[in-house]
Amino acid sequence: MISFFNQYGGQLMQELGEHIYISAVSLALGVIVAVPLGILLTRAKKIAGFVIGLTSVLQTIPAMALLAMMIPIFGIGTTPAIVALFIYSLMPILRNTYIGMNGVDPNLLDAAKGMGMSNWQSIRWVELPQAAGVIMSGIRLSGTYVIAWTALASYIGAGGLGDMIFNGLNLYRGDLILGGSIPAIILALVVDWLLGLVEKKVTPATTQEV
Amino acid sequence: MALTAFLEISHLRKVYGENVAVNDFNIKVERGEFICFIGTSGSGKTTTMRMINRMNEPTSGTIKINGEDVTKMDPVKLRRRIGYVIQNIGLLPHLTIKDNILLVPKMLKWDQKRMDERAVEMIKMAELPEDYLERYPSELSGGQQQRVGVVRALAADQELILMDEPFGALDPITRDALQDLVKDLQQRLGKTFVFVTHDMDEALKLATRIVIMSHGEEVQVDTPEEILRHPANKFVADLIGEDRLIQAKPTITTVGQIQRPAISIVQTATPREALSLMHKTRVDTLLITDPDGILRGYVDLEVINDKFRTADTVEAIMNPKVFYVRQSAVISDTVDRILKRGYRNVPVVDDAGKLTGIVTRAALVDMVYDALGGAATSNNNDTDKDMSTDGPRTDIGTTDVKEGAQAVADVADDADTKDKPAKPAEKEEVHAHND
Repeated sequence: MISFFNQYGGQLMQELGEHIYISAVSLALGVIVAVPLGILLTRAKKIAGFVIGLTSVLQTIPAMALLAMMIPIFGIGTTPAIVALFIYSLMPILRNTYIGMNGVDPNLLDAAKGMGMSNWQSIRWVELPQAAGVIMSGIRLSGTYVIAWTALASYIGAGGLGDMIFNGLNLYRGDLILGGSIPAIILALVVDWLLGLVEKKVTPATTQEV
Repeated sequence: MALTAFLEISHLRKVYGENVAVNDFNIKVERGEFICFIGTSGSGKTTTMRMINRMNEPTSGTIKINGEDVTKMDPVKLRRRIGYVIQNIGLLPHLTIKDNILLVPKMLKWDQKRMDERAVEMIKMAELPEDYLERYPSELSGGQQQRVGVVRALAADQELILMDEPFGALDPITRDALQDLVKDLQQRLGKTFVFVTHDMDEALKLATRIVIMSHGEEVQVDTPEEILRHPANKFVADLIGEDRLIQAKPTITTVGQIQRPAISIVQTATPREALSLMHKTRVDTLLITDPDGILRGYVDLEVINDKFRTADTVEAIMNPKVFYVRQSAVISDTVDRILKRGYRNVPVVDDAGKLTGIVTRAALVDMVYDALGGAATSNNNDTDKDMSTDGPRTDIGTTDVKEGAQAVADVADDADTKDKPAKPAEKEEVHAHND
């Protein structure tokens, strides 16, 4: 164990860093695109079904195939991996944003509009706070997916903990396989826990904290 | 001012596809009125109300507030000027009561100090403790939440408040308290309310005018009293309900409507003539009028008996202290006084003091009996004809009398009063004949 860390510790830290970087950027892009898009779709319900259907179709493409498809377009390296993982992260976030926004009690929307809130104020003061929990759980789900799939991204030369796992597979080295996959699992759990905290934080209080 | 009403709706029409939701709706509302829209579901009452703040857009017709056409205004700005209360309360669960109350002032960018003061003022108006401001809606009961809902609609000094069945989901006791609150606020603050309900009791209690709607049409627009007195058609009568119509009788029926012909004689008649009239009509007391029919007093058999030979006219021997009621007075206001004084019959006069008839104790008892849910076999069918000339008013008086006057005007004989209150109907001619 100790000798494993002595030998591979530096490599492990570097790959962990890459892993986090790739996951974080993909997820951030996913949030930046999917949340506003989800909000927009609640204002254009006619195309909502189509757009959400499209992201579901993207989701069904096998991860390996999607990563491979990136090579002709973006070549190999980090960029194609981030693009592919970003596409994967879209669906859970988009769907949850749309569902969360749509699930807001219509009476609240009626009251908000009737009091004279503009569309933007209604989103900002009523719908987003009400939907925050649901949106956040979509982001959390995407987060854990993305971390898992980032391991595959080393296949197209993106780096990350996948490098160590694939090395282990190629060399028949169980220690390398475990050395890469255990940190990936721990990372996924930690991120899930952290995003869970954020979820709790953004879900607005409806009672006084004592 | 007289030219433009505060809120004026003309030829308002709303069509959903083939469906006419509201058809040719017209009303002029003065400042400070409390208008109730009532009707069955699908009558267009909510749609009409929601067109006022443009939550629904009219298909055609105009709505003017202070002479300004609302369809030409920015809907967001318009709505901030109009209070809005819905049945499901609609408090934002993630905001404290204070923030909920201050939503509109915040949109209008009031300064913080003014908003803080306003919040305290409003929570007091809602009759809730001040520390509730820091609570969240889920920590309040339904009734308390709707109290907040009501004052939230007033927080930015809105002049017009729209309410869509605001108390429909509350239990009867809470609803009653909320109704009192709203009525009090309306009277105290002089705000104008448009209130949608399907509860006739609520409408009768709160409204200054009721708009009865059916299938998108106005069926009747009138004060609660007039609607109870003259339901425009069977639909309105059904909506009000038979029980309520009967119960409401004492509060809307005027004395004039239940009066019977009085037996009277002019003051210039001789005691002999009076006696013969008494004999003919089998009564022991006569009402005395002047030649114009103005009530002057009364004379009973005992007096005539005593002074038969000494007096030339009944005027000389009549008792001028006579208790009477005006025919425009409402029964419920007079019944107590009549019954308490123990009179069997009381003369009824019009506004000029002219004798028009009598009310009998028996007729009053019948009415009270019906109103308290007594027999369905009401024998007050004659109340349907309206003899009153103006609105209900409490006018009880005693002719040129000091206090303590306790004249009794007995026309019917004792035995008769039980079931045949007045004298038989043949007595059409009420004034004495000098034959």
